[in-house]
Amino acid sequence: MSFYGVELRSRLMLGTARYPSPAILAESVKASGAQVVTVSLRRESGGERAGQGFWSIVSELVRDLGLRVLPNTAGCHSAKEAITTAHMAREVFGTRWIKLEVIGEDDTLQPDVFGLIEAARVLIADGFEVFPYTTEDLVVAGKLLDAGCQVLMPWGSPIGSGRGLNNVFGLKALRAHFPHVPLVIDAGIGVPSHAAQAMELGFDAVLINTSVALARDPVRMATAFGKAVQAGYDGCLAGPMEPRDMAAPSTPIFGKAVFE
Amino acid sequence: MKVLVNGDWRDVSSDLLATALQELGYRESVFATAVNGTVVPSSARTEATLREGDRIEVLAPMQGG
Repeated sequence: MSFYGVELRSRLMLGTARYPSPAILAESVKASGAQVVTVSLRRESGGERAGQGFWSIVSELVRDLGLRVLPNTAGCHSAKEAITTAHMAREVFGTRWIKLEVIGEDDTLQPDVFGLIEAARVLIADGFEVFPYTTEDLVVAGKLLDAGCQVLMPWGSPIGSGRGLNNVFGLKALRAHFPHVPLVIDAGIGVPSHAAQAMELGFDAVLINTSVALARDPVRMATAFGKAVQAGYDGCLAGPMEPRDMAAPSTPIFGKAVFE
Repeated sequence: MKVLVNGDWRDVSSDLLATALQELGYRESVFATAVNGTVVPSSARTEATLREGDRIEVLAPMQGG
């Protein structure tokens, strides 16, 4: 699998927020096998060191594990805000990758797809490699690809909801319409079986955060997600059987004893 | 002069962004800056001048999903 020419072995991407401690974050990243971690930018006052402390932990992981960071524009509600944040992220994190989020609705954190397309066009012209957080809408997906996006990140369900894949029909249609575009399920994955399902549907990767960070044992959950993603991927490649409505005995009838 | 730093009014004596940031305690840190909504790269901070009432955003790495 590759994103913008970068080859990756792991199909699991991990967010870095909401962990009980920096040590558990680091252990969870290692346990997951993820090669991409998402990060963000927030205000920091002079003399405050929270951001610097976080960055030193991530930098160590980047160095030791060869991770790539994917900065996001989380919390941005307009194209302009997202574009400015992306430029600031490029300077701080030293990468052209940007997970582009333009939020349009606060209860669901649903993407504002109009602002998303507008921001994607501008950022790609500025040399960014954009990972747009979008819906499963086919028309929007087509416009994002026309704008120059080479990866799409459709939501499974609202961010942090843990509801899994809300619209399997729509996600299947997206996969079928764009068979050669890397598609990453971003948001809403709650348990490892959701991740396996996404991979079985043929998605290229999943991005998770809250489901690991808020687990009772985040490190164990990160391990479970790593296995689920691999299992789902293998299941997809192996070619699942077609479901049917009627039972079909798996044990051969031929040769069955007759006692009456 | 008074400038708005991350939403709080602060007094700075320097009218250069780089030295004003030092006054405010931003030293040897990884951060990005914008003034009045326009990104000012670190290489341009020594020449970026400030005026009374400017809005400065200073952003640092943070956990994200």
